[in-house]
Amino acid sequence: MRGLRFYAIAYLVFLYAPIALLPLFAFNDADIIAFPLSGGTTRWFAELTQSASLLDAARNSLIIAATTAVLSTVLGVCAARAATMADWPLKRPMMGLIMLPLVLPEIIVAVSLLVLAVQVFGLGLSNTTIIAAHTLICMPFSIAVLNGAFQNLDPALEEAALDLGETRLSAFRLVLLPLVMPGIVSSLLISFTISLDEFIIAFFLSGANPTMPVYIWGLLRFPGQLPVVMALGTILVALSIVLLTIAEIMRRRGLKRAGLRDRGGFL
Amino acid sequence: MARAALTAGGKRGLILVSPPFLYALLLLAVPLATILLFSFWTQDYLDIDTRFTIANYVEAFGDPLYMQLLRRSLLIAGAVTLVTVVLAFPIAYFVSFHVAPARKSLWLFLITIPFWTSYLIRVFLWKVILGYNGVLNSSLLGVGLIDEPLSVILYNANAVVITLAHAFAPFAILPIFVALEKIDRSLLEASMDLGETRVTTFLRVTLPLAMPGVVAAVLIVFIPTIGDYVTPRLVGGPDGLMIANMIQTQFLKLNNAPMGATLAILAMLSVTAVSLVFIWLNRRWLRGPK
Repeated sequence: MRGLRFYAIAYLVFLYAPIALLPLFAFNDADIIAFPLSGGTTRWFAELTQSASLLDAARNSLIIAATTAVLSTVLGVCAARAATMADWPLKRPMMGLIMLPLVLPEIIVAVSLLVLAVQVFGLGLSNTTIIAAHTLICMPFSIAVLNGAFQNLDPALEEAALDLGETRLSAFRLVLLPLVMPGIVSSLLISFTISLDEFIIAFFLSGANPTMPVYIWGLLRFPGQLPVVMALGTILVALSIVLLTIAEIMRRRGLKRAGLRDRGGFL
Repeated sequence: MARAALTAGGKRGLILVSPPFLYALLLLAVPLATILLFSFWTQDYLDIDTRFTIANYVEAFGDPLYMQLLRRSLLIAGAVTLVTVVLAFPIAYFVSFHVAPARKSLWLFLITIPFWTSYLIRVFLWKVILGYNGVLNSSLLGVGLIDEPLSVILYNANAVVITLAHAFAPFAILPIFVALEKIDRSLLEASMDLGETRVTTFLRVTLPLAMPGVVAAVLIVFIPTIGDYVTPRLVGGPDGLMIANMIQTQFLKLNNAPMGATLAILAMLSVTAVSLVFIWLNRRWLRGPK
């Protein structure tokens, strides 16, 4: 089985190869992205802070990602709670439609929303159109995370709260919500990360104000801008890793709170 | 009594699920129906001619360029799927069977992290790795394995396959892992006790039981791959472009939404058809225990 372990480590190297290169080039004092490296510098990071359009794109992306995270988690809580609580007619096709974006090619979501917004409703493209689309594609991920949290709830807890005179709403707020809180935080962080990084849909649906990935796409055409892109990428990757680590810790805490063994994985 | 309780619960469930369901209906089902409708209309200079016609489909099937792009997209998606799933299976197997239970989620976390980080820049970095003066060529030259830089690994379909296989790796590993985790380990012991070797146990017990996971992995990689236009644009060169690039061009450059919609529908129909055939071919593995 030593061969298998060796393969697994080689595979991890393959997975991390591109990300590992990122900081190398971000701190490299050369205008081109190639080896050999030629000494360290932080000037690409300094240049980042100078660019007003970059800061605009960053602010835009943060607004979109934060709104998406909240919307997709709220809708996700509804769906996950309903799906784990009860059965109703047509449950499978209804949940199937909600989870469909998970396997649908993103370009299909992008063009269909573009046609609906622009050609049918005559709306302009703006952050709102991107938020609407991102919420749609993040919702299945939120549900997958939250399903885990809600599945583990003991129904007796809610019944006890109801017997003790709480309403359904107050029982949810006082008893269930604290129990599924780690799942909710995890869902917020994952949706936030997906939206922040999403390009395929944002490129179709962004209006005058680009998101961060759309802005980066523009920069990729100019070779002179590439080291700056590497610096930006380094920051984004570091940010994603921090957010996902927190999400993972919260997810595990949630499982522990429900007294369950960890079975691994977000999905 | 039980039935009344069920409907009460069911009613609450239905009320709760309606906001997300209506959201998906309005922003997914309605838009999909709209592009289906658009595909039967035509672009008439700046206006859209709303008379029902199959002219777009006739044009799409008649134009060798569209058909070539579609065929190439399916081939690339197939190759990506094959490479990704074959590379992923041993990892899923390793984590499920040879990693201590307490460390499994750490491994899965390590595997999923690269997937969530800056997709565009990741694709771009493959260009840096695979390029003529890239990381791979320089290191192979340095080690002395090759005498001149390889040019078959950038700006063609190979580069697209490598890059996408990297991008979709976790999508393939997770479903296979879940299927392997479900396998009752005592079945493997029974098989060994009954005189099978390790290899035959794997082929006759483990693999068939893992097939639902493999099928899920194939679908979850194959279907979205067809919709990627970033990777072909960045690393594919002229011979690596796919149908999604053409859909993008129709919508954003040629301003021909009906033709773009037609190609989108055709792309979706072909992946669905291939997926259904694949599921049908694997039907004997997907049946649950009797």
